[in-house]
Amino acid sequence: MTLALEIISPERLLLARQVSMVVIPGTEGDLGILPDHAKLITSLRGGMIDIYEDDEIIDRFFVSGGFAEITETRCTVLADQIMKPSEINRETAMEQLAAAETAYREVDEADTTAWRNASDRLITAQARIDALAHE
Amino acid sequence: MPSLKSLRNRISSVKSTQKITKAMKMVAAAKLRRAQSQAEAAQPYATRMAAMMAALAQGAASNPNAPKLLVGTGADKRHLIVAVTADRGLAGPFNAALSRAAKARVRALQAEGKTVQLFAVGRKGRDSFRRDMADLMMGDVNFVGRKTVEFKDAEAIADRIIAAFNDGQFDVCTLMFNKFVSVMVQTVAETPLIPAAGGPANDNQRPESDASGSADYEIEPDDGSLLDRLLPRNLAIQIYRALLESSAGFYASQMTAMDGASRNAGDMINRLTMNYNRTRQANITRELIEIISGAEAL
Repeated sequence: MTLALEIISPERLLLARQVSMVVIPGTEGDLGILPDHAKLITSLRGGMIDIYEDDEIIDRFFVSGGFAEITETRCTVLADQIMKPSEINRETAMEQLAAAETAYREVDEADTTAWRNASDRLITAQARIDALAHE
Repeated sequence: MPSLKSLRNRISSVKSTQKITKAMKMVAAAKLRRAQSQAEAAQPYATRMAAMMAALAQGAASNPNAPKLLVGTGADKRHLIVAVTADRGLAGPFNAALSRAAKARVRALQAEGKTVQLFAVGRKGRDSFRRDMADLMMGDVNFVGRKTVEFKDAEAIADRIIAAFNDGQFDVCTLMFNKFVSVMVQTVAETPLIPAAGGPANDNQRPESDASGSADYEIEPDDGSLLDRLLPRNLAIQIYRALLESSAGFYASQMTAMDGASRNAGDMINRLTMNYNRTRQANITRELIEIISGAEAL
């Protein structure tokens, strides 16, 4: 029993294959998706997508955020930005983290949209640094 | 009667023009292929996004607290038209058709007593609007000197539009672009950007039918905050698609225009060559007559 995984960025279809499990970083926490999962739409935070085949990780991607649509037979990830951990540049990632931290500190907490954007940005920037460890 | 030398000059000048138009046609054909494959590659994301939007929007549109980007401000007074044209010309009626349609739309809306603003994407549209409707221009962007459009560009445009919308500068936003139908045909298309749900929710709809789309799905974190993230994204995707369609359409139109130009140049060369040969023969005949009559006079 396998699950059809699709990872799509706005620019192209990045990956389409059958997998036995995939772990995606939902905004509310990581989700392990197996075949026959309940239908679900979720937004994603910055983090790692782990692709499993026979209980082993065969591929990992860093995703900066996006959405996922899950049905019983299919998992579609609409990624904002997606890359292999090895494609992340440490210096740029550090700069982005520093910028995100400043933005987060300065944001007006009463403005919920701006606050959410800033916190999303910080989580993504932190996750990008963490992803470097998986290289 | 033009002299032989001037005819020769004209033929060679038309020939070099033809070389240029032929080369431009070839370049446009190559770029068209690239633009088409880029547009195709962007298709899966747009399709999935549209499906997701449909599932969520149905339920949310009847909600009084639905995001304004989805259902609009409730008014229909102030319009923003985003017109996508190319940065360069020599593409037949491509840019003119869009500017004309956009201007007609502006006038129609103004005739209904609405205020209209224009946002021009692409240099040609901007120039055309500046001539006639400079006071309506809200802003413009162009991609002069860039090889391809990227999603980032569409996102930047979407951000500007959303910022202006949140600032209360307009109620309704429509996107106008040249849709790529085939290599020969590009038609002006309109897509509503805001409100994304295509107008205020209809109160007569039964709640059961409203909820049917999203009822199938569990939503995380919840409808509202997911839509808050999804809507700006969807806007950017719509713009990205329009940019890609427009760029494919531009190269198709340029290719067709340059093909026509090369053919016309060919016709002109044939006509001029015929003229040249006739003149040359007439000259020879005249010289012969002169020689013969000169000889007879002796």
